[in-house]
Amino acid sequence: MADFSWLSKFPKMDRATLLEIRKYLDGTFRDFSREYGDVIESFFDPLLDFLIWFEKLLVQSPWWAVLISITALVYLTSRSWKLSLGVIVSFLLIGYFGMWEDTMRTLSIITVCTLLAIVLGVPIGILMARNNRTQSLVTPILDVMQTMPAFVYLIPVVMLLGIGKVPGVIAVVIYAIPPVIRLTNLGIRLVDKEVLEAATAYGANPMQRLMGVQLPLASPTIMAGINQTIMMALGMVVIASMIGVKGLGQPVLKSITNQYFTLGLFNGLAIVALAIIFDRTSQAYAKRSQKHMQGGQHD
Amino acid sequence: MTNESPTEPLIQIKDLFKVFGKKPTKVMPMVREGLSKDDILAKTGHTVGLKAINLDIHKGEIFVIMGLSGSGKSTLIRHFNRLIDPTEGQILVEGIDVMKLNTKELEQFRRNKMAMVFQRFGLMPHKSVLENVAYGLSVQGIDKATRNAKATQWLETVGLAGYEEQYPSQLSGGQQQRVGLARALCTDAEILLMDEAFSALDPLIRSEMQDQLIELQKELHKTIIFITHDLDEALRIGDRIAILKDGNLIQVGEPVDILLNPADDYVEAFVKDVNRPRALTVETVMKPPAYRLTADTIGEALKQMKRIPANYAYYVTDEGFQGVVCQEALEDAVKTDKEALMEDFKVEEMTPISQDALLESIIPATMESDFPLPVIDSDGDLQGELSRAHLADVLSDFYTDGADDSTDEEKQNSTKEDK
Repeated sequence: MADFSWLSKFPKMDRATLLEIRKYLDGTFRDFSREYGDVIESFFDPLLDFLIWFEKLLVQSPWWAVLISITALVYLTSRSWKLSLGVIVSFLLIGYFGMWEDTMRTLSIITVCTLLAIVLGVPIGILMARNNRTQSLVTPILDVMQTMPAFVYLIPVVMLLGIGKVPGVIAVVIYAIPPVIRLTNLGIRLVDKEVLEAATAYGANPMQRLMGVQLPLASPTIMAGINQTIMMALGMVVIASMIGVKGLGQPVLKSITNQYFTLGLFNGLAIVALAIIFDRTSQAYAKRSQKHMQGGQHD
Repeated sequence: MTNESPTEPLIQIKDLFKVFGKKPTKVMPMVREGLSKDDILAKTGHTVGLKAINLDIHKGEIFVIMGLSGSGKSTLIRHFNRLIDPTEGQILVEGIDVMKLNTKELEQFRRNKMAMVFQRFGLMPHKSVLENVAYGLSVQGIDKATRNAKATQWLETVGLAGYEEQYPSQLSGGQQQRVGLARALCTDAEILLMDEAFSALDPLIRSEMQDQLIELQKELHKTIIFITHDLDEALRIGDRIAILKDGNLIQVGEPVDILLNPADDYVEAFVKDVNRPRALTVETVMKPPAYRLTADTIGEALKQMKRIPANYAYYVTDEGFQGVVCQEALEDAVKTDKEALMEDFKVEEMTPISQDALLESIIPATMESDFPLPVIDSDGDLQGELSRAHLADVLSDFYTDGADDSTDEEKQNSTKEDK
């Protein structure tokens, strides 16, 4: 008589084979990280040096100097007194509640992550916009990056590079980069066909078309992508703190394990304050450049 | 149609086919066999855009390509500068096969040989009006001072001085298209491609722009390829018109040919709606002058007069048209002095009409006059006459000039000279 048990119970792989597969994959990756870990780590050394330098700059400079330069930067990009005033008030409160140093650490890592995401993401987005095949190749990767739980890709990163700032940055960038890529691609694809055709008809080469027409016209969309990226990077701060990234995430992590409600709340609010400042500043900047494009009052 | 130009055509399109779809070359045999557009679409999923197009375009003419939407006219104009590549066929500009240019050569070709004006203007919204006009030059790598100076000049020519620092979105449609036109002129390219350039403008502005284009053309003598779906526009500005339907070239000819000898029902249906008095000039419908007197003396004149069936004639000297002479008046004059000179004879004054005038403008004069009106050219020489009966004929819908070829040839020989 035939065995019909597979009808009632899902026919699964037997335990031994599954174990074999896991062992094999884990072993291979472990060997790989033992073999190449140092090489890869040294590859990221310049990034680490920059991270440390930037964090030191923010943490060790006198607080008023940092506050003045941040406010000035916000004012220059947004041209809004209201926002600049908000920055001063929130940073004073953050400092008063004893979170200055952690906030500076978070600020430095978020800034570096954002810059990295832009530097990597915009060119990838451009390549995607150029070529439908690249787009269909990159899109599923982006889907995986956005939906795969962050903890899962923390594991190989930590295995390869240990814990610390660099793996933290890599994890944050992986999580936060998809919006820049997607919206750069979208923005370029949405550029008015006739304007692009005009550029071509006047003999513009691909570089002239990209720099003179596509990127400037796509910039509002790209800015929206950058804005999203910043928000997502800030959201990763707590998770990144699990692999040793110092900053506002660590106290939050501590308060989860110890049930310190107020500590968690304060640090959470500091993250929110940073997020709002980043968001409003980048949006105001995007709006300003758009207004200019439509010939508003600006010169 | 090309007999009026002794030189080589500036642009030649030879046996051009365009099929849209995944594998156009595989469909080509079917297209050549003459299967219809719909059959090919149903069988292969490919769309036939253009079919066996042959065109010669001469230096300095305004060549209008006319067709309804979907006729392939916008596809065709994009072949001239290879914004679209043909499936098969040759495009020769000044004898150079554009299809053989590599990327770099093609860029150079687009920079120097052709400039394009677009239906929805195609201006860069993030650049100022001045930067837009100078765009062609900036692509060529010309320094800022030079290109701005030139752009300022062209802006002035199209009547937009003072708008340099504005952005396109701050201008009206007509102004934006002027910027588009200035941008095209700024590169000094010999050939202008105008893709439904005035179609997006409202009628008043459109006719203003047409006038401006005609004015500019008088000074610049560019070769202009103009796409439109509006036959009135085509007749107004075109030196020659090509009519396109479903990717086929139906008829190529001068405006009058199209108007008076439509090639098929399709063209005829178009022509029916045309405002004839506004589209036709006197020259295109006038008859050769029937009766003219050239005598020196009155006696001589009377002799000539008696030979003709009418009792009036146009008196013409070496200086051109002088006036109308009646038989009765001559008979009276002969009684006093047969040998008197015609110069001293008082001819009846009659205001002649110019052969370049639009019919529209001479309707009242023609209708009021008992005699056919004399038609003169710019030197004052008598070229023809226009009777009110004939004018009425021309203006009625059912008139076609099919039987009468002699006038056609005559005007073909003379149109070019005064343009």
